[in-house]
Amino acid sequence: MKSPKFLLPAAAAGILAITLSACGGGGGTTGGGGGDAEQGLDGRGPITYVQGKDNSNVVRPLVEKWNAAHPNEKVTFKEQTDQADQQHDDIVQHFQAKDAGYDVVDVDVVWTAEFAAKGWLQPLKDKMAIDTSAMLKPTVESGTYKGTLYAAPQTSDGAILYYRKDLVPTAPKTWDEMMGMCSIAKANNIGCFAGQFSKYEGLTVNASEAINSSGGSVLDKDGKPSLNTGEAKAGLENLAKAYADGNIPKEAITYKEEESRQAFQDGKLLFLRNWPYVYNLAVSEGSSKVKDVLGMAALPGKDGPGASSLGGHNLAVSVYSKNKATALDFLKFMTSEETEKFYATQGSLAPVLGSLYDDQALVAKLPYLPVLKTSIENAVPRPVTPFYPAVTKAIQENAYSAIKGEKTVESALSDMQKSIESASAGQ
Amino acid sequence: MSAATAATDLRAQQDRGRKAAQNKEKWAQGRTYVSAVVVLIWCLAPAYWMVVTAFREVGFTYDTSILPTHVTLDNFNTAFDTSFGNHFGQALLNSVFIGGVVTVVSLLIGVFAAYALARLNFRFKFLVLGFILGASMFPGVALITPLFQLFTNIGWMGTYQALIIPNISFVLPLTVYTMTSFFREMPWELEESARVDGCTQGQAFRKVILPLAAPAIFTTAILAFISSWNEFLIASQLSSDATQPVTVAIASFAGAQPNQIPYTAIMAAGTIVTIPLVILVLVFQRKIVAGLTAGAVK
Amino acid sequence: MATELGPTPVKSPASGGTPVHHGPKGVGEDNKILSQGKWATWLLAPTIIALAVVIVYPIISAIVMSFQKDAGLDPVTGLFTAGGPAGFQNYVNWLAQQCAAPGGGTVACPPGTLGGQFWSATATTFFFTVVTVTLETVLGFWMALIMARTFRGRSLVRAAVLVPWAIPTAVTAKLWLFIFAFEGIANKLFNTSILWTGSEWPAKWAVIIADVWKTTPFMALLILAGLQMIPADVYEAAKVDGATTWQRFRMITLPLVKPALMVAVLFRTLDALRMFDLPYILTGGANNTTTLSILVINQIRQGFNAAAALSTITFIIIFLVAFIFVRFLGANVVEQSGATGKGKK
Repeated sequence: MKSPKFLLPAAAAGILAITLSACGGGGGTTGGGGGDAEQGLDGRGPITYVQGKDNSNVVRPLVEKWNAAHPNEKVTFKEQTDQADQQHDDIVQHFQAKDAGYDVVDVDVVWTAEFAAKGWLQPLKDKMAIDTSAMLKPTVESGTYKGTLYAAPQTSDGAILYYRKDLVPTAPKTWDEMMGMCSIAKANNIGCFAGQFSKYEGLTVNASEAINSSGGSVLDKDGKPSLNTGEAKAGLENLAKAYADGNIPKEAITYKEEESRQAFQDGKLLFLRNWPYVYNLAVSEGSSKVKDVLGMAALPGKDGPGASSLGGHNLAVSVYSKNKATALDFLKFMTSEETEKFYATQGSLAPVLGSLYDDQALVAKLPYLPVLKTSIENAVPRPVTPFYPAVTKAIQENAYSAIKGEKTVESALSDMQKSIESASAGQ
Repeated sequence: MSAATAATDLRAQQDRGRKAAQNKEKWAQGRTYVSAVVVLIWCLAPAYWMVVTAFREVGFTYDTSILPTHVTLDNFNTAFDTSFGNHFGQALLNSVFIGGVVTVVSLLIGVFAAYALARLNFRFKFLVLGFILGASMFPGVALITPLFQLFTNIGWMGTYQALIIPNISFVLPLTVYTMTSFFREMPWELEESARVDGCTQGQAFRKVILPLAAPAIFTTAILAFISSWNEFLIASQLSSDATQPVTVAIASFAGAQPNQIPYTAIMAAGTIVTIPLVILVLVFQRKIVAGLTAGAVK
Repeated sequence: MATELGPTPVKSPASGGTPVHHGPKGVGEDNKILSQGKWATWLLAPTIIALAVVIVYPIISAIVMSFQKDAGLDPVTGLFTAGGPAGFQNYVNWLAQQCAAPGGGTVACPPGTLGGQFWSATATTFFFTVVTVTLETVLGFWMALIMARTFRGRSLVRAAVLVPWAIPTAVTAKLWLFIFAFEGIANKLFNTSILWTGSEWPAKWAVIIADVWKTTPFMALLILAGLQMIPADVYEAAKVDGATTWQRFRMITLPLVKPALMVAVLFRTLDALRMFDLPYILTGGANNTTTLSILVINQIRQGFNAAAALSTITFIIIFLVAFIFVRFLGANVVEQSGATGKGKK
């Protein structure tokens, strides 16, 4: 009889799996873990660095450089996928298993609070403290939760207002000024302004920018929602009104970064809110119609530069790491001036050190740096909350309805407020 | 009425009928061709667009000329290029490997289960059938969290077995069902006579039933392979860069710049992924249809 | 082969395919069942074990989790604390759309929370299921009827039909996303400026079109297989009897294909109820295209335990639909798997 032969391995594997899983403990998240934060502080040895896809080949050379200098404290680079959600889940699930193999992790600015509140990130204080004085303030805020720094700013990102130099001689400073220029767009038969208004993370970014730029805020200092204010209303109303009267073209409701870039490059937009990456493509791509007429400025605000939302990544040390001394050194190495410069030259990533933005050699290579500096200096981190996934959904859902005019700005904001309250009431 | 006149009448009637029928036939044939062209366009136009885009320069991604313009092979290079952190070549191998193992194992296991369900009489058969049906209904999203915990605990995250085993459970019910219905239609007299000739039930199964079932097994294998090849949800959560299949690789394809979605390279990769399946399906088209006829439906 | 079998009473469907052979049943029959049972155990064991590991373990695990609270925040330390037992709270969150209130207790889930989306996601899921399965059945039947005819180029059509089926769903979704882009070919071709992914009905239709394109071929193949089982002489006889095309379709084709069709419809329905990849990649669930599966995935990031409750609810819904199909609509999957015993009931 043939069958039993290959039943056995399968059955054995199955039984093994069941038995082992019973031992492994399961269940949801647990907090605290004070003990974990105390252990391994002086540990030195090989560590693992976890980051999303190294698309522009920045991390690998850095890791090689580090390894050449530290033969006994080698860093293994674990590369995750390119998808932010998958990176997030991967980290969550490894931390939940208290995996000591994820020593240093690269966290998106919006995950910092969540991971910190779950007790997974080593507070960067006392023995583990780093010097943040040279870093741009908003980037440091994005790594701070409840007054404690949990993650070192690594790279940053801020929004830039791209505009058509040929049609608009000087960039608008304020939102109202920009709306006033929309007649120029109309005269040229193109759309006036677009950002990213599709219902996804980019909408949270754009809606927060609108609210912050007019003096409101999504969350107050204690992390409580503060959306029932006149400022917040004025901010969101700017978007809703512009969409209703056509200054934001109808199709912008489907735009993510790429669609909006494409529209701008095709010469169909007067103003575009987007990230710095657009610059290189808009001046180099064959089909770009704005090569020679591309202007850049900070986002327009209420009566000065607007408040960009902050992108970028922070570096954090896992509380479960056994070699935290090495991890800290690596963290410092990865945020050193030399490395930050390398981020900018090799990967076109925005550095977190203010001084680099004035570096003439860098500016020659990345002409948007001065504008970006203004943008980041005035930036507001996206809501720093451990309930970020729920908060961003609440913002997206309601801002989307408000912009499309399906509900009034007031009721959208009040629903946003209630949703965030409910999420942070926790159940 | 004589028999002769009756016969002539009948013949005349038949002639008229034949002419009308011929006319009707022509019409029907015409309609068939029109319908066939509609079906062809409906099925192939989007795929055509994928191929055209795959051959278009990246700077002209949103060009909407129907005919190929700005033709280039660059996108295929880009698809296999690993410098942006894409591992498409590796992912292709992974998919073939995972799909192959899943198919072989599901068939090995499933054929026996199907045989038992179709041929043997035992208690709780209804229960077993219901269980397998239930298994095929279980929503995939519900598996991810618990499976992730299980695989983390036993250190299987990002390994091939972490992808193969859940896949087997998705593909297995399909295999068992297809094979069961096929086995039910088999001429069991042959097995009986083999046993009369002194074969044991096992020998009869091996020497008589399996060869007869070959077409169905083949079809089932193709169905199983395609189903595994298409799997996305589980793989997107449980794979690592080293083991991820093409579906995940393509969905997370990165461009030269952050936020850039390299549609042309994605379409090139999609074309590459689709071609082997299309060839497989074209070559074995008759067998697939024949196998389906014998197994899944009848 | 099949037609040769026709007249031979191979089995009686009532006994589940067991060859009940000539000769009276007697004492031997019991022994036979016993020994066959032992055999069956060995043959079925690998399948059962494999399914148990990856299906039963998660089901139990999910049910256990669904009665646990998700972690809440300690207001002083700002750290998460374990939630503890939740009773039916997670289920109430979804079914009654009651969310946690700031001061304790619950309030009706405001728009913007996932809890507030349960019933609309359920409605969307069923809407997608009904529309796509109906369209796929009708179109699949139509395609199958065409492919069953003899004409030059028939094999070309049969091959072409398999192309959408052979493209992985994730690729399909990316492809249609590209087609339905505002600047994309769909708007260009029909000279429209529809925001396919930006407003409710176009978004829904985008998902439906992509799904129908992708899965109709499978349906058509299954139906075609059923069609080919109908002996040509049945049609000839009907023609001679003067039956019109419509009558032949209604009186012969439909009843003979029905058992196979019901099974195909059942499986497609269960698949459609789990729809995830297509709307997830195409619309991200915006504009009322959030299906139950997408809601589960969204919730996983906000709390595993509530997500476990939702996935359990989803499972029960799907199970109920399957039950209704099998029980009342005669999709006799378990007993027959589409095997009709040559039209004998």
